[in-house]
Amino acid sequence: MTATNNILKLSGLEPLLVTKESNFINIGERTNVTGSKAFLKMIKEERFEDALAVAMDQVRGGAQVLDVNMDEGMIDGTKAMVQFLNLIASEPEISRIPIMIDSSKWEIIEAGLKCIQGKGIVNSISLKGGEEDFIRQAKLIKKYGAATVIMAFDEDGQADSYERRIEICQRSYDIMVNVVKFNPNDIIFDPNIFPVATGMDEHRNNALDFFRATKWIRTNLKGAHVSGGVSNVSFSFRGNNIVREAMHSAFLYHAIKEGMDMGIVNPTMLEVYDNIEKGLLERVEDVLLNRREDSTERLLEYAETVKGSAKKKEEDLSWRNQAVNERLKHALVKGIVDFIDEDTEECRLQFDKPLSVIEGPLMDGMNVVGDLFGAGKMFLPQVVKSARVMKKSVAYLLPYIEASKQVGESNKQGKILLATVKGDVHDIGKNIVGVVLACNNFEIIDLGVMVPCDKILDAAEKEDVDIIGLSGLITPSLDEMVFVAKEMKRRGMKQPLLIGGATTSKIHTAVKIEPNYDQPTIHVLDASRSVPVASSLLNKESRIIFEADIRAEYEMMRKRHQGKQIAKDYISIEEARKNKLNLDFSNYTPPKPTFLGTKVFEDYDLGELRKYIDWTPFFSTWELHGKYPNILEDKVVGTEAKKLFADANALLDKIIAEKWLTAKAVVGFFEANSQEDDIELKNIDHPELLTDKRKTVLHHLRQQNKKGEGLPNYCLSDFVAPAESGKEDYIGGFAVTSGIGIEKWLKHFEENHDDYNKIMLAALADRLAEAFAERMHERVRTEFWKYTSEESLTSEELIKEKYQGIRPAPGYPACPDHTEKPMLFKLLDAEKNAGIILTESNAMYPASSVSGWYFSHPDSKYFGIGKIAKDQVEDYAQRKNMKTEEIERWLQSVLNYDV
Amino acid sequence: MSDLLYKIAQERILILDGAMGTMIQRYKLEEEDYRGDRWINHSHPLKGNNDLLSITRPEIIKEIHRQYFEAGADIVETNTFSGTTIAQADYHLEDAVYDINFQSAKIAREVADEMTAKEPHKPRFVAGAMGPTNRTCSISPDVNDPGYRAVTFDQLVAAYYDQAKALIEGGSDLLLIETIFDTLNAKAALFAVQSLFEDIGREYPVSISGTITDASGRTLSGQTTEAFLISLAHVPLFSIGLNCALGAKELRPYLQILAKEAPFLVSAYPNAGLPNEFGAYDETPDMMGQQIREFLELGLVNILGGCCGTTPPHIKRIAEIAKEYKPRKIEESVIA
Repeated sequence: MTATNNILKLSGLEPLLVTKESNFINIGERTNVTGSKAFLKMIKEERFEDALAVAMDQVRGGAQVLDVNMDEGMIDGTKAMVQFLNLIASEPEISRIPIMIDSSKWEIIEAGLKCIQGKGIVNSISLKGGEEDFIRQAKLIKKYGAATVIMAFDEDGQADSYERRIEICQRSYDIMVNVVKFNPNDIIFDPNIFPVATGMDEHRNNALDFFRATKWIRTNLKGAHVSGGVSNVSFSFRGNNIVREAMHSAFLYHAIKEGMDMGIVNPTMLEVYDNIEKGLLERVEDVLLNRREDSTERLLEYAETVKGSAKKKEEDLSWRNQAVNERLKHALVKGIVDFIDEDTEECRLQFDKPLSVIEGPLMDGMNVVGDLFGAGKMFLPQVVKSARVMKKSVAYLLPYIEASKQVGESNKQGKILLATVKGDVHDIGKNIVGVVLACNNFEIIDLGVMVPCDKILDAAEKEDVDIIGLSGLITPSLDEMVFVAKEMKRRGMKQPLLIGGATTSKIHTAVKIEPNYDQPTIHVLDASRSVPVASSLLNKESRIIFEADIRAEYEMMRKRHQGKQIAKDYISIEEARKNKLNLDFSNYTPPKPTFLGTKVFEDYDLGELRKYIDWTPFFSTWELHGKYPNILEDKVVGTEAKKLFADANALLDKIIAEKWLTAKAVVGFFEANSQEDDIELKNIDHPELLTDKRKTVLHHLRQQNKKGEGLPNYCLSDFVAPAESGKEDYIGGFAVTSGIGIEKWLKHFEENHDDYNKIMLAALADRLAEAFAERMHERVRTEFWKYTSEESLTSEELIKEKYQGIRPAPGYPACPDHTEKPMLFKLLDAEKNAGIILTESNAMYPASSVSGWYFSHPDSKYFGIGKIAKDQVEDYAQRKNMKTEEIERWLQSVLNYDV
Repeated sequence: MSDLLYKIAQERILILDGAMGTMIQRYKLEEEDYRGDRWINHSHPLKGNNDLLSITRPEIIKEIHRQYFEAGADIVETNTFSGTTIAQADYHLEDAVYDINFQSAKIAREVADEMTAKEPHKPRFVAGAMGPTNRTCSISPDVNDPGYRAVTFDQLVAAYYDQAKALIEGGSDLLLIETIFDTLNAKAALFAVQSLFEDIGREYPVSISGTITDASGRTLSGQTTEAFLISLAHVPLFSIGLNCALGAKELRPYLQILAKEAPFLVSAYPNAGLPNEFGAYDETPDMMGQQIREFLELGLVNILGGCCGTTPPHIKRIAEIAKEYKPRKIEESVIA
């Protein structure tokens, strides 16, 4: 091997080339237990999260290599090294850079080498223990594939003069290159940085000798590099950071000139060379270069004058030096709120009116954010964080804008009114749409949840909005949206209508809503689509094309939809019942629950529920699509998913520790037998619960599409023993919520213009409610109904529902009728027992609630009703003692015919 | 033998074989084919454990090797992608690892010698294939415990050492550490083969082939192509390259990095395009040939072959096209 190019090539996740042009490679030193008491404490107490944060700070502070040292008598150095390096490997922002494994113990070094996938640096080996050890270790380092630091140290001790330094380095180099066949570019000498100005004469040349040795090595030992621990030089001035920082900078300035190309320097303990006060610089350089007899005394004198006035610097804040416009833009793109008030103020003073700050730099910044989001280079959680910065800045400006009476001069792209429709309480998606639109310079008027039609339309007229957006999650909201559309037509409104939310769809919008309104009516799939749709609608020319496109598309969808209805075969309800699922109850005795009636859980431990969270839907709430946990490693959204996940867990810690939310639940079991498609409950002595003929009856729907050979037309009642079987059977019910107390905190975040945490909290509460339902179902199976005694399912298996029994929820595919929910609630007295109320659309409030039925039969399974025909609807209406038209309205989305 | 390989590589582009799995699928084998007589009473299902077929249905594996040689391959890979104790643990067949590798190398050797005897002007070689195992040494399988590792460096070294030893003893000409998605696994493999060479007092050519898992241009463990190269360049490799995951078209930018920076030969054996929605690969030999031609026009490669979805006709096409071009020259500037 020759050293023709002199390049030291290192890698973490990314390459790091140490070349002549790379100037000086800065090695982060704070993850070192011998150099940092705080870090040592973290390792001792096994606070690895905090230790990782230190590493992250180093990287963000500009470290290009991360030095990790775990040499301390009180800790198991090998174990700590392995654990910490493994954790670093899971943090791409840290493991991006190469690792320096720093230890005086070979076994720790070797353990560390087994943990890093990149090419790192060993720090260090030397001839201290003789040639044999040195060669053995060097060969192993080569075999593991790392570069190494070699200390100027031999059998006789540490080199402390120029001559000893070059003698030892020469000898080490020859062995490395000729015996070990080590790549000379991978050799880094540490020729020992010793303190100066110690008062001892033999130390006067310490810095000078280092500089000279460095020059000699770089000239004579081809390929080799030079490094060192810079803070040693200022050892005599501990506690006096001003002098120390100046010494470090001046030392580096001279060492780099002589060829030192990497080093361990605390970047927060480094003054800019040109910024060192001239008097101080002169005295420091006198000491370093041994220029005067009295140099030490003079520096000490100076040190006395600045003692204690230490200052502190943080991570890379170089962006703070830019013009205020640029700073605002930077803060917006990076989502940094720390300086927003002062920057906004500075900017306000520069502009003629406060509104110009919004129209100028703030909008410029948000445009960058919008572009990056549109190009898929930023993800929703980042955008929401940017919006938080924007909102804070606007909130700061608002009093000034009011004062100068400039309101109304808005230069917004347009005004959009958003509301969750009457009877519906779900607003996470709507809030996200609001944020994204606001980021794109639309003015948003958000009326909140459960907003009646009149209120929406009155506000739209009063505020003269340009677009109306409706949101809803539960199926009855679809009907309410149709109603709003009809009302808009009746009132002769001109605003385009946007439809969004989990239960909505393009096909529903095309078939049911659009024909009822004569202005553009458009389904918006998710927040990222809302921007192009709104923009197209508000530009005169593009609106014409866009509107024509949409109308044509929806018209085609309607045609196809009609075609489909004819094409698909349905059978009569009578035939469907004949093809029911016939379970053999003669050889099966349904299990009896451990109690009948209800059981209430007042204040359930959220910490217990946390383990049951299914995170995948959480990420899709944020429009990060992919399965948890794989999504965390996803190449495109992984980084953001990880950040989001960390933020979510941090908030969750708080929610649990500070008891922000209260979780309540009620479960109940009732004697039951099926009677065709109904389920009759026995021994219910609540007068309100007797539906007809002094019986309490639960009503269910049956699949009506034509099935293949051997496939039954399912109805939930099939899973319960029929009365004529003579078997006693049971049904369970549950209602759980984790949303009690949430209002206060949502409001808190709203007041702080913090949409990010507001949405996060709501999303987490939803996840906790689902987790609660999952946990409660598990307890029902193993403890309360107790039909499976042993169950050791992993949370993944729980999510995949690999257990016996089901818990279908009214309003969802197996039982799509929301009007069965009041019965469930009365049976459980859920309003009193769980604190959940039903809205007029039978949505549950708080929104973070789940309710449903329990079925225990081993063959019970989830299914979707699909579409049903008019004969069943009429029959069902009669059974429920309701008008056909009324039930048709509730079941609209599952009808196979148009009403 | 290895000198000969280096000599040929100077003169022309070497051709590697194509997919083994795709070819085995055509035989529609059942559980009993995998079991043979030897594992007739094995407690766990063995269907899908392709490496076993070298022992239980050697004639099939030999036939596949033969077809690839006949299509124009200079080198075939042994049927040992999962031949480590770690990967075979899934089948509870850790004990069979020596035999799998030895027999796989042996039958590939037999076919190579048979072909070389037939066409002495074109010697054929056997690459002992060492797969990535099914565990990652630098990624935790448990996101709630990122410090956890399902396999250690030392365990990987031990497993790779055993595999490499059996592959060499069975008659491999070179070792190919392939489909690397975690560089630390590959470092362990390199550590193992270096130890083996020290122990047997002889060195064999070692090739490395990594996998870029998606368009971000990184390995599964997060490294860029250049970082990947730097992390493995401490051993004087025969070649370094990329295989699998992407089709030829998507692979090109990353091959360009290797072609520019690597002080070794550069190899590429892409998939037959990206999988379609049914998981099948449907790039035809001509389509793939067109894209390979781009590599050749740019002078990016020294070794070419195929991975998932490629068949003897693909290799035939690639070999035909490769004949028209000179191999890549290693840039002077990167020889350190």
